[in-house]
Amino acid sequence: MFLKEYFLDIYKATKSLLTGMKLTGYYFTHHKEILTEEYPENRKSLQLAERFRGEVIMPHDANNEHTCTGCSSCEIACPNGSIKIISKFDITPEGKKKKAIDQHIYHLELCTMCGLCVEACPTDAIKMANTFEHSVFNRNHLIKRLNKPGSKIKEGIEE
Amino acid sequence: MFSLEGITNFIHEWLNSHLPATFALLVEFVLVGVAAIGLFAFLGLVLVWMERKVAAVMQLRLGPNRLGPKGIFQTSADTLKLIMKEALTPDNADKLLFNLAPFVVIIVAMLILAPISFAKNFQIWDINIGVLYVTAISSLSVIGVLMAGWSSGNKYSLLGAMLSGAQIVSYELSAGLSILTIIVLTGSLKISDIVASQENGWWIFKGHIPAIIAFVIFIIASTAETNRAPFDLAEAESELTAGFHTEYGGMKFALFFLAEYINIFIVCAIGATLFLGGWMPFHIGHWVAFNHIMDYIPSSFWFFGKTGFLIFLIMWFRWTFPRLRVDQLLNLEWKYLLPISMFNLLLMSVMAIMGWYF
Repeated sequence: MFLKEYFLDIYKATKSLLTGMKLTGYYFTHHKEILTEEYPENRKSLQLAERFRGEVIMPHDANNEHTCTGCSSCEIACPNGSIKIISKFDITPEGKKKKAIDQHIYHLELCTMCGLCVEACPTDAIKMANTFEHSVFNRNHLIKRLNKPGSKIKEGIEE
Repeated sequence: MFSLEGITNFIHEWLNSHLPATFALLVEFVLVGVAAIGLFAFLGLVLVWMERKVAAVMQLRLGPNRLGPKGIFQTSADTLKLIMKEALTPDNADKLLFNLAPFVVIIVAMLILAPISFAKNFQIWDINIGVLYVTAISSLSVIGVLMAGWSSGNKYSLLGAMLSGAQIVSYELSAGLSILTIIVLTGSLKISDIVASQENGWWIFKGHIPAIIAFVIFIIASTAETNRAPFDLAEAESELTAGFHTEYGGMKFALFFLAEYINIFIVCAIGATLFLGGWMPFHIGHWVAFNHIMDYIPSSFWFFGKTGFLIFLIMWFRWTFPRLRVDQLLNLEWKYLLPISMFNLLLMSVMAIMGWYF
């Protein structure tokens, strides 16, 4: 019985090693399986995953309208203070004062791309874009204003 | 037709017609030395590049691809960097042994080159105990490894060197026995005789199953002897921080690294000589036309082709198999490889006596 186990061991070991070699041998002969992307060359055809987090942006529609209410949820959620909301008070047609966003300041140089601001936003005003070529020569260029000049909040978001 | 034999004969005749015999011999010594060092440098550059490429493709990567076409100059650039780095000696190292160890390792590798037959009649020294010489000298490399580990004054290095020593010493047994299995058939230790005996077929085909078992055992044992994965306990990057060469830097490290690849080349060359017919072309029985076409391929191409195939096989192992634990490593040798190769040797002796081989 000992000998039977002995040879069974050898047989099993050989079989499992050959299974492994078959897989790596397949990869060696099939170069289309290679996953590496050659970045600067394939810049034009680069396909990034939907969930890739490159920077925070605020989408604006064709009428230059966004959905940010200026509630500061993102500012509170940000763990390292990359977001600063500067709010202003609009006068509504009824003559009431109403809080609104003046500037949504985003410090890209501080951001760790954790995405907590996007999760905290109650109106889905901000999201993560998958641009990633952010290098600049002056770091002041990394301080961004997310709401475009002259933009206003979309009707019916605050109700 | 291209042949290395023609080149050496031409140099020999030219030197002898211009110089007295003694000086001609001395010049030939120097030329052989330069050629050996040149081969080493070339092998180091090419094999490291090949290893990185093979590893990359097997792991679905691209590997070096920036410097030159397909990254072929990457290893040259790495070597240049290593040459310019400072090779410092640690304070509590044994200075003499520490500086001697890399040279011991590389000189041993260089010595084994002597009896290897690279092509038809192209051999540095056709010694009549060729295979014995190779096995004897290759076991010396463990001294260099132990020296490096001991003299570094570092517990990781010492542990790595001890593991390496245990490993090389035990795997030499089964490597030696599988070599003996072929020696039983050839009846000669001389490399040129061994190659000549394979004119009508390589031993791996002529020797039936025992020859194949011996070949497999030889490949396993030589992988272990060169300290390569899956037997790279001596280096164990993750737990011993590279083992015996932890403290080495710059060119001294490069010599260890080079010696590893030279040793791979040498064990594969020995394997190709013993089992795959050395520089003998591939012949099939009575297919005269086919055999004739095969004869047209220069013998050096055959030798380097077979050696390259074996090197590829060893690289394939490295990038496929998981590493063994030290007890598993010694179990494999003493419980499996050694008894099997002893039995195999017995079987082969019976076959040789009865003439049950082609």
